[in-house]
Amino acid sequence: MDAPLSEETVRSLELGETVYLNGPVITGRDEMHIRAMEYLESGKDVPADISGSVLFHCGPIMMQREDGSWSVVAAGPTTSARMNKLEPGFIRSFKIRAIIGKGGMSKDALEAMKEVGCVYLAATGGAAISLAEGLNRCTGSEWLDLGMAEAMWRFDTQKFGPLIVAMDSKGNSLYENVASSLVRP
Amino acid sequence: MIKLPEPVEDVVVNLLRLANTKLPEDIGWAMEAASGWETNQIAYTQLGAIMDNVKKAEHIGRPMCQDTGIPVFYVKGKFDSSIGKDIARAVERATKDIPLRPNTVDPITRENCGGNLGPGMPIIHYIPTDDDFTQITVLPKGAGSENMTRLAMLNPADGVDGIRKFIIDSVLDAGGRPCPPSIVGVGIGGTSDVCVAMAKEALLIPIDEENPDPVLRKMEEDIFVALNSSGLGPMGLGGSTTALGVRIKKCACHTASLPVAVNIGCWATRRASAKITSEGVEYSQGVKF
Repeated sequence: MDAPLSEETVRSLELGETVYLNGPVITGRDEMHIRAMEYLESGKDVPADISGSVLFHCGPIMMQREDGSWSVVAAGPTTSARMNKLEPGFIRSFKIRAIIGKGGMSKDALEAMKEVGCVYLAATGGAAISLAEGLNRCTGSEWLDLGMAEAMWRFDTQKFGPLIVAMDSKGNSLYENVASSLVRP
Repeated sequence: MIKLPEPVEDVVVNLLRLANTKLPEDIGWAMEAASGWETNQIAYTQLGAIMDNVKKAEHIGRPMCQDTGIPVFYVKGKFDSSIGKDIARAVERATKDIPLRPNTVDPITRENCGGNLGPGMPIIHYIPTDDDFTQITVLPKGAGSENMTRLAMLNPADGVDGIRKFIIDSVLDAGGRPCPPSIVGVGIGGTSDVCVAMAKEALLIPIDEENPDPVLRKMEEDIFVALNSSGLGPMGLGGSTTALGVRIKKCACHTASLPVAVNIGCWATRRASAKITSEGVEYSQGVKF
């Protein structure tokens, strides 16, 4: 599947489907969400490529080369639920097309995803070396003052995955399905 | 004080490298076994992706997970009071050399402290003994699993059933957030602080080592079966591999108290230990703690 993703492509994805991604992806965690929303509300410039992006919940380990460019060392997904409060507004404001993370997100986020046309793709938590291979090439960064983990990184991905469609744009969530059928002794 | 064959700083850098790049064998074996009997397709894919990642990380000598955590140290045996400074220098060096992700921040301003140091860091538990060696153990603890920590001050009348329910609920309520399949560390007894510390120490015990206490062993087995029958599965996406092991430690407590703490370890429960004698340094990941 090639990013940038169209709304049509996103809406055609089925729950439980496995996909691999090519093309541009940006990273963002708590601090990046907070800053982007603050900038947007106060009329400051926000990086244009946030709009319509594939957003990876990830704080990678990066190493800077002598020429100033960056290489990715390890980059797995972080716990998406931390962004539960911030994400519904973020999805609506920036028309995010896909979120890559782990552990799933809230009903409010699912609702925003349905409204905007966005999916949640589950990456394997901790599989940071395999996933870094798929991130392929770092094409830039923003807001490095937030620290390595919280900064916004840009990657040009190639066969990035496996990613499981765990929350679709029709209001279905694999996490909710699993939670509602859990067997508790 | 014993004379050390090589600087503590070098030993600790080696320890951090070993812990972050190589999964302990007992956990790797448990994952392979689980993958063998997992019938859920998504779960099987997740376990495959994890094992593939573990092999690559070890092969290229890079951290298996980008969250290299906060390193929690346990220093046991004979040691000099300056050992804390040696460990701190090693953490800073390892962060640059391996590299590790600089994770420590001020809790209020959220400003990164750099080098994984900062006030109160690194975290070191000191256990002085009369032994003729110094044992340094490290448990790099990521936040995904650490954030799911729970403590309950149960009523003594809640008994074993209450303990069991609290542990199982803690793991299932955490869902996919702590990166299951998990290692479940449990502390029972003590005071609140000691109970939580025991739950973390329990993660140092290899999962293939039999608990010498028959009552705790039965509880571990019973909870292990319940968790893997729950349907939560790897990453909370469903399946029969929710836990790779359950480890319980206990100590005495007040007659009016029943503290229970759960500290979950992600699949990448990383640990490494160095036993330093005048003869040399012996590294291990099956920690005898």
